[in-house]
Formats: sequence, C-alpha cells, structure tokens
Amino acid sequence: MKTKKTSLYQLHQDCNAKFVEFAGYQMPIQYSKGIVEEHKFTRNHSGIFDVSHMGQLFIYGGDELIKDLEKIFPLDLKNLKLNHSKYSFLMDKDAGIQDDLIITKINEGFLIILNAACKDDDFKILQELLNEKYEMVLDENRSLIAIQGPKSSQILNEFFDGVKDLNFMSGDWFLFDNQKVYVTRSGYTGEDGFEISIPNNFADKLTRELIDKGPRLVGLGARDTLRLEAGLCLYGHDLDKDKTPVEANLKWAISKERISKGDFIGSDIIIKQLNNGVTKIRVGIKPEGRIIAREKTKIFNQSNIHIGEITSGTFGPSVNGPVAMGYVENEFSKKNTKVFLEVRGKKYAASVCSLPFYKKSYVKGAN
Amino acid sequence: MSEVKYSKEHEWIKLEGDIATIGITKHATEMLGDIVFAELPEKGSGVEKDGTAGVVESTKAASDVYTPVSGEVVDTNQEIVDDPSKINQDPENSAWFFKLKIKDKSEMNSLMNKDDYDKFAKENSN
Repeated sequence: MKTKKTSLYQLHQDCNAKFVEFAGYQMPIQYSKGIVEEHKFTRNHSGIFDVSHMGQLFIYGGDELIKDLEKIFPLDLKNLKLNHSKYSFLMDKDAGIQDDLIITKINEGFLIILNAACKDDDFKILQELLNEKYEMVLDENRSLIAIQGPKSSQILNEFFDGVKDLNFMSGDWFLFDNQKVYVTRSGYTGEDGFEISIPNNFADKLTRELIDKGPRLVGLGARDTLRLEAGLCLYGHDLDKDKTPVEANLKWAISKERISKGDFIGSDIIIKQLNNGVTKIRVGIKPEGRIIAREKTKIFNQSNIHIGEITSGTFGPSVNGPVAMGYVENEFSKKNTKVFLEVRGKKYAASVCSLPFYKKSYVKGAN
Repeated sequence: MSEVKYSKEHEWIKLEGDIATIGITKHATEMLGDIVFAELPEKGSGVEKDGTAGVVESTKAASDVYTPVSGEVVDTNQEIVDDPSKINQDPENSAWFFKLKIKDKSEMNSLMNKDDYDKFAKENSN
C-alpha cells in the first residue's frame, strides 16, 4: 500500500522535517530544531501539529442516533450540549478498547475524532453496530491541525475572533477565507490549545499564516513526549483490546448515570470491574536517576517478582528526567510503591507515581 | 601526532601512544537526535573489538555504542553521563565517551580515515 501524504506535506518538507511512516502516512517526526526544543517551545509558546492522519468521522442523525450511540459509548450523550466534546472509547463486548476518541455534538449529529491506525476499522464496526441506518462520512477532504501551548489562544483569536472564549472541550464553527472550519478547545499535550478541522485546500495557507505569527511546527516525536508528561494514553501502546477503561484508569470518562443502567457494549465487564476491582491497572512510573524504561520493560516488586510492564517510556524534557507509564498488579499500584525496572539485563529502582508528570494548564471549562 | 579513525558503527577513535579516546561521530548524533541518556563501560573492565561498550538514548530510541578496538577501559567521561546533551553539542571533541589502553594497534588498520568515513556516512544517511 502506498503511504499517504497530508495536505501539509509540502510545508513539512519546506521546514526540513524528518519523515516517518505512521499508520500509513508520511508524517514529520521532527523538524530541524529537534524534539526537545519543539517540546519546550510548545510548553512555553505555541506549537502546531499536523494531525490530519486522524479520522474525522461525521455521523448524521437526531434523537434516534443519540439512543443508538448510547448503546455503544458509555456516555450521557442525550445531555451533551451542542458543540461540547467528551473523551470516550469504542469497546468490544469484553470491554477491550478498540480505540479511544473524542466525540463532539454538532448540529446535524456527531463528529468523532479517531486514531489514524484504527479509523478504517472503527468505521466498519460503527457502520455495523448502527445497522447502516445513518449517513456516516470518514472525511478525507478535511485536514486537522492542532495548535497547543500558552500563546495559542491569543494567536488563534486573531484568525477566529471568539476562540479565546471557548471553554475546554467545546467548539464552534468559524470562517477562514469563506471556508467553514470547526475549532475545538482541546488537544493532547497537557497545554491549553485548539484543534482545527479545515478543508484540505486551505490547510497549508492557514498553517503558514499561523507560523508567521510565531508558532512553530512540532512533530510526532515531541507530541509523544508532551502527551506522556501529561499522563495521556497512546492507543496501541497504553491502550489496546486486551485492556479495559477501568484497567486503564480511565473510569472518570465513563458516565455514572450510564453505569447505573448498564446498557452499552462491554457494560457487564465494566460494572463487574468497578464493583470487584481489577487485577492490573495503569499507573505512572518514575525511574530514579536518568535510566529510560521503554515500552515492554518488565516491572518487578521488591521481592523480585514480575508484577507488570511499561507501555510508554521516554525522557520528559519539561520534567528533565525519565517518565513512564505501565500496568502493574493492583496491589502494587499505590503511589510511592517501590518497584524495579529491568533495562538491558539490569534492575533499576523506580516508584509508582500519580499522573500527570507535568501539571496541565488547561483553561477552565464545562467538563 | 595523533591519528583519528572512524568505524562503520559511527564511532571515532583517536590514538595517542597506546591510549585510544573513543566517542560517537557528529553524523551519528544527527541521526539520533537529542541525546538524553548515556551509559559508559566500567573503568578497569575489558572490552573487545566490535563489542558493546555503552548505550546512548535519544527521546526516540536506545542505541548501543560499540568499541572499534579491544582494550582496558582506563577512563570514562562522567560529564556526558551527567549532561547527555553535551554529546549533541561537541561530539567529536569534549564529549568523548571512554579511553582504552589498547592491546593491538593493528586493529586500527581496518578502520576508515576521515574522507572514507564522510563518504560512507553520506551513503548511509537517508
């Protein structure tokens, strides 16, 4: 299969991007300044991310669609206000996570942002679950651009008057060159920021104009260090079909009202796990010293018994040290529990810690 | 006069008498990106030509550092362990990795000179 390119490919090349194949797309992993600089610039100023590889799924429908989607997602969708978003997941019948996603109520139905590697499967699964009753469009004609960091709101407001007043996890339509763009106050870096859904033909122009105001392009490399410092999960690593939202420590994202009724896919398992507890759970892991524990690193307890595995680990530029998360047996999940990580045959001390590693600075919002 | 040679694994080696100073090349640091971790061999330990003698990690991944010649580790550069970003700043000079008392000078013969290495590095970068 030929790798796809996003509408910003030429811009990435012009900015000396190093490319990597990711989920079938040629994506920039970094630009000339490197991951650490890009990371810090996002935290201190404003970074722009091409996330056009992610799926933008529009599902059109009214009250019946809301009812049908509530059978799939553990969300209180009938009370989700227009232009408000929720983080959720697509689960299988065993509550295994098939994808994590952001769902937004729009006028004509819902917009769901899906992971690039999962989007085609998600589309098929949802089409089947909804019995092809509704019009569904996995829109390849729109790009998705994220702008993240403390200066983003002020800069983006010069283009879209009023975005600075959006609450966190809410959005609205704006115009750019007479094109309808949908802007949400959201992101995946632990910073205040926005995601902009814009027709492909205008993505390059908007991004170049944004860059002229000071923000810089940031690649997937820094996106990974930023989200890990913020304690956010990456699908295919921290989340997959063998993990449930309760095990992933994401129960905050499941509607309490919906649990009481329990009529969504995977609800039996979710309710059972909420009542009886889980055997493994996702935690933050802070290695002592500078040792970096990557994905698949084994975690041991103080008696040298294997109790879990790292699912993401790297160096956190803002923390200025190594950061990781992983799954451990429940009894070792308490904060400050001392554990050991096996890296290149040697054991290194680490401790279980609360997430995030880097404190978020989201604006106050409806959620 | 000291002689600097280069390996296919992107190490440089400078020989002065029977003491060799070894580090990684500028080209290697450019391929790796920001280096955030370095592990060096223990002083007093023996290392064998083409064997592992350390590790560097960027934000992206870990890579082994090999020794291009055999010998006994007589010194290591603690400065790059404490601040690995120094490797990106000055890889072929102050950010050396370790010094060896070498066993067999003839092991240097199979290594590349600067011109050959530059050509090799250019061909091997994507």
